[in-house]
Amino acid sequence: MTSERVLLGIEAVTKRFGTVTAVDAVSLAIRENEFFALLGPSGCGKTTLLRMLAGFETPNAGRILLDGKDISAIPPNRRPVNLMFQSYALFPHMSVRANIAYGLEMERLPASEIRARTDAIMATTQLSAMADRRPDQLSGGQRQRVALARALVKWPRLLLLDEPLGALDKKLRGAMQLELKRLQHEVGITFIMVTHDQEEALVMADRIAVLRDGHLLQCGTPNEIYERPAGRFVADFIGVTNFIAGKAAPGGVVAAGGLLVRGTRPDALADGADAWAAIRPERLALFPGPEAENRATGTVETTAYHGLDLQVHVRTALAAAPLLVRVTAEQAERRPVAAGDTVEVGWSAADTRIFAKD
Amino acid sequence: MAVKLVPSRSTVLMAPALAWLTALMVVPCALVLALAFFRRGIYGGVDYTFTLENFANAVDPLYAGIFLNSARIAGLATLIAVVVGYAAAYAIAAAPRHRQPLYLFLAVLPFWSNYLIRTYAWIVLLNREGLLTQLLRWVGYTGEPPSLLYTEGAVIAGLVYNYLPFVVLACYAPLARLNPELREASRDLGGSALTTFRRITLPLTLPGVAAGAVFVFVLSIGNFVTPALLGGGRFQMIGNLVYDQFLAANDWPFGAALAMALIAIMMALLMLQAFAASRAEGRQSREGEEAGRG
Repeated sequence: MTSERVLLGIEAVTKRFGTVTAVDAVSLAIRENEFFALLGPSGCGKTTLLRMLAGFETPNAGRILLDGKDISAIPPNRRPVNLMFQSYALFPHMSVRANIAYGLEMERLPASEIRARTDAIMATTQLSAMADRRPDQLSGGQRQRVALARALVKWPRLLLLDEPLGALDKKLRGAMQLELKRLQHEVGITFIMVTHDQEEALVMADRIAVLRDGHLLQCGTPNEIYERPAGRFVADFIGVTNFIAGKAAPGGVVAAGGLLVRGTRPDALADGADAWAAIRPERLALFPGPEAENRATGTVETTAYHGLDLQVHVRTALAAAPLLVRVTAEQAERRPVAAGDTVEVGWSAADTRIFAKD
Repeated sequence: MAVKLVPSRSTVLMAPALAWLTALMVVPCALVLALAFFRRGIYGGVDYTFTLENFANAVDPLYAGIFLNSARIAGLATLIAVVVGYAAAYAIAAAPRHRQPLYLFLAVLPFWSNYLIRTYAWIVLLNREGLLTQLLRWVGYTGEPPSLLYTEGAVIAGLVYNYLPFVVLACYAPLARLNPELREASRDLGGSALTTFRRITLPLTLPGVAAGAVFVFVLSIGNFVTPALLGGGRFQMIGNLVYDQFLAANDWPFGAALAMALIAIMMALLMLQAFAASRAEGRQSREGEEAGRG
């Protein structure tokens, strides 16, 4: 399990390409045995940050400390850090076994040890049966496992994964998410994964750092990030959120039509400033009980059946966009709604987060 | 089985090229081959009686020596051209992508002038009062001008210069296509820059090297213009020998036998290279499909 000991310290690291600042003074502390995710849309700087950790880019400012030692200037082949490439970058002219053994050969280990460790990792990653095949004779999932085995066999202090599941189809991805997580526990190596897929980060990571335009927006556990997003961008990027625009007022946000939406206000927000009230769709209820401090009446615009839940769009006077309400299948069965119905939507102030307009 | 009367599309498309090659390559080669089995006429010309003595003469130590010497000169030219050309191709492939076409264009620019003119340019460069001598004088050298022209070195320099663009083009293609992440992966796994080149870059671009090398070698070993002009006739290569048999000694049958021996060597090399390339190509195209899917 994750310990409290910090393995990797990223201290105010900045990377510029010409006039573009790809990573801007990002600081993070990654703990021993942690499964850490760098999450953000493309161009947020997550891959540049990963490449600096691997040694393929050098920071313009800041330090990267591994076990307390600054590794910023150490070339990639001398770092106890390995990277699993998004394209896998398997050597096409070598067999699976030769690909995996390559990194150990570079360490000039005795042949018997290379063989033993290669065999062991192939067993762990279920590749033993295809040791003599070449990469072009493997399926996507198998190639992904070879790439993983090739990096893991070196027993790195830190394993970097660049969109590790990006090249797999959706069904396989789900299975590999759990598989990768299980493997990380088994080998006890710290993983840092880059992904643009928020669901993947939530499912796999112990902690997530959300990046945007080279800036670190928030770092926390999946639960913290989901339940207490630091701003509108994070709330919007992770999961689905209803936003109601308005002006900050005592106790909440005054929305269109002068209605007060009650919620938790950040201290920095002054009365009268432009603000957003944000509510997760699963926190909204149709036919609310008396505990719901916020209420609005509206018309059902569409309903969409998703198996586990029914997603209902309700047009209200509060916001330009209809509110999305997720009703469990069970509730929907008990009190069915249809397009055109007039319904009341309610939610508690505790579930309403208020952000400054950025 | 039904007989197909309508020719398929590929037959139609290939017909002009096949006709051209048959009329201008296969037939003349067959004629030369046939010539090699006849006797030389007493006053030149051909005496149409069957003999194998031309081939027996061709393997005479004197001529075998010229074969070997040609192979050595062509081999040296090939080696130098491959090393220099690969380095240039590597640099071009590493340059910013939008500048690569310009560099490739510059590399093949010499082809825009005539082969003879290019070779004469080397005479101007290398002769006793040539540009190189003048350059030496200019930097303060006062002794006897070095004799650069009409040496084996001059012949090799001429061959390398003329065929270098082929090597650059042949090596550039696989280098440009090589996924740069493969090199990074090797570095990441602990490989030094040299190891990465030796174990990843070079093996994966070897088909290009082989194609370029065979090209230079085949064109060099049969070359007669460069040895004649830059070697001053002092360095006989097979090409010169064949040329002399046809145009000076008037021994067409023996010239034909020598030419056939040369063609056999070239064919063997080209087929070997084509075989190796098709194997490597099969592997690479499968990879391409895989990558395309991802």
